[in-house]
Amino acid sequence: MTTTTLPALEARGLRLAYDGRTVFAGLDLRIEPGSVTTLVGANGSGKSTLLKALGRILKPSAGEVLLEGEPIARLATKEVARRLALLPQSPSAPPGMSVRDLVLRGRNPHQTWARPWSPDDAAVVDRALEATGLTDVADRDVAALSGGQRQRVWIALVVAQEAATLLLDEPTTFLDLTHQLDVLRLVRRINRESGSTVVMVLHDLSLAARYSDRLVVLHGGGVVADGPPAEVITPATLELAFGLRARVIPDPVTGTPLVVPEDD
Amino acid sequence: MSTSPVAVRGPDRNPRAGVVVGPIGLAWRPRLIAVTVVALAAALVLLVVSIGVGSVALTPVDVVRALTGGGTDLQRLIVLQLRLPRALTGALVGLVLGIAGALTQTFTRNPLATPDVIGVTSGASAGAVAAIVLGGGTYSVSTLLLGGGIPVAATLGALIAAALVYGLGWRGGVESYRLILVGIGVGSVLTAITSYLLVRAQISEAQQATVWLVGSLSGASWPSLWPLLAVASVAVPLSIATSTALGLSQLGDETAVGVGLSIQRHRLTVIALAVVLTAAAVAAAGPVGFVAFVVPQVALRVAATSRPPIVLSGLVGTALVLAADLAGRTVFPGEVPVGLVTTVVGAPYLIWLLVRHRKELVS
Repeated sequence: MTTTTLPALEARGLRLAYDGRTVFAGLDLRIEPGSVTTLVGANGSGKSTLLKALGRILKPSAGEVLLEGEPIARLATKEVARRLALLPQSPSAPPGMSVRDLVLRGRNPHQTWARPWSPDDAAVVDRALEATGLTDVADRDVAALSGGQRQRVWIALVVAQEAATLLLDEPTTFLDLTHQLDVLRLVRRINRESGSTVVMVLHDLSLAARYSDRLVVLHGGGVVADGPPAEVITPATLELAFGLRARVIPDPVTGTPLVVPEDD
Repeated sequence: MSTSPVAVRGPDRNPRAGVVVGPIGLAWRPRLIAVTVVALAAALVLLVVSIGVGSVALTPVDVVRALTGGGTDLQRLIVLQLRLPRALTGALVGLVLGIAGALTQTFTRNPLATPDVIGVTSGASAGAVAAIVLGGGTYSVSTLLLGGGIPVAATLGALIAAALVYGLGWRGGVESYRLILVGIGVGSVLTAITSYLLVRAQISEAQQATVWLVGSLSGASWPSLWPLLAVASVAVPLSIATSTALGLSQLGDETAVGVGLSIQRHRLTVIALAVVLTAAAVAAAGPVGFVAFVVPQVALRVAATSRPPIVLSGLVGTALVLAADLAGRTVFPGEVPVGLVTTVVGAPYLIWLLVRHRKELVS
């Protein structure tokens, strides 16, 4: 695929180590603007490690990450935050912090230290709360909310940041199926409505196939399959990347690939 | 300077409303403002009362008159030369310890992580006891330590302890739980050194050291106050300026970086401020126990915020130390050192906190 547009994010010759173990020796990846890309792979395949490196949380030992064509390591972290927002795996809020108070912190990249509040910020926070369906619980303690609501609060924080690119690390972990769908629909709506680029890590392959434009399958320190879900999710890929014997049938609702494991 | 009106009035934890004055914009938090004003008033009243109480009793009116240049010569002598240094030392020790505790508790996201707990205070104590005990001996370090006296030795001890804790806790960055564990370890070693020095010391030196180790304002004077005042006048405004960053660090490291906080630089700044503030307080009055630990938690609860507010923690610290010193001088026969009073109040509070908030402390 050739394209003339600048990638939203690009990894070049990325070498990443985690706990002293080299996970990727030289990884290249381009993320097109406005797309939803999901990183999938077995446990330990380095999905989260890669996402952390893309979000400048983890420093690569070689290679570089480019954000809209600029080396991310050379940009001020606040400048990066205006263009790239990230949601870590199972974040936690201190007791006593209200939903609105937490989401307001997403405005930090647009603020000066003497002005941690402005009417504009309040308006953006209000819109983020509305988009995530949290207006009614805006003044409640985050710690007192249900798991599904809490995850929406963190997504609202990322939305309030108004960055063009969003990195979401397992945004559906610990949620029941209804709330997983709830989160993924929300993510897709954000992508459609504001044209944001989304890169996320998910475990459920069928859901990943439903809600992504592109899947990147990681295995053995590299990318083993990359492309639209219908091309990527095949019995051969599943066998290779997950050691899973499964059939792939079209999802009766959406037509996207549905993974059905073989009987033992 | 233009003033925009308050947008919408809302409840305390509702930063939809706020105030914008020139370049400054703050969320409107009426409860926090109200309790801060009350704490400031309490601190000022305690300051005046504290100056008035003594062998020559002065009314608050006498005290204020003497402070503003009126009154008799005797009253001005008593107030300005004898009692004001002690009262101001107490006020500042409380202020800086309260702020130091709020800083470390917030950025580690752990109420146990105060200068007392992570070894900084033990370092200062070891330094001071070394100066007292080795001062009379034949060690060559004695001249060095005695040259600057106890305050310099205490400051050095605090800085060395902090450097050790930070250095040993460093592994490509510093994580809170590692800082606390390493801090407790380093603190134990330093306490052992202090005990060793006390065991070896002459009786008179051991007695002097023991009195110092409790934390007392009885030795306060203008010369001992100046360094504390100098440190506070720089480090307190800087601490207040870290408030926004502290609010971000509450969300955890990755989220804080995600919204644009340089986490390692922030940590170094906060640790440096906390250490400098603690060292200045300990150098001036000895290790006044539990203030840095208890005060921010009290401030957090009365303000109903998600983290200890910096200014309020300082003011509650001032009120606590002044009240404790006052109690130590009036309630009991003879004089009970301020550090003993704060410890007697603080230790049960620690136990209460551990029992009541077990879940909070663990998570």
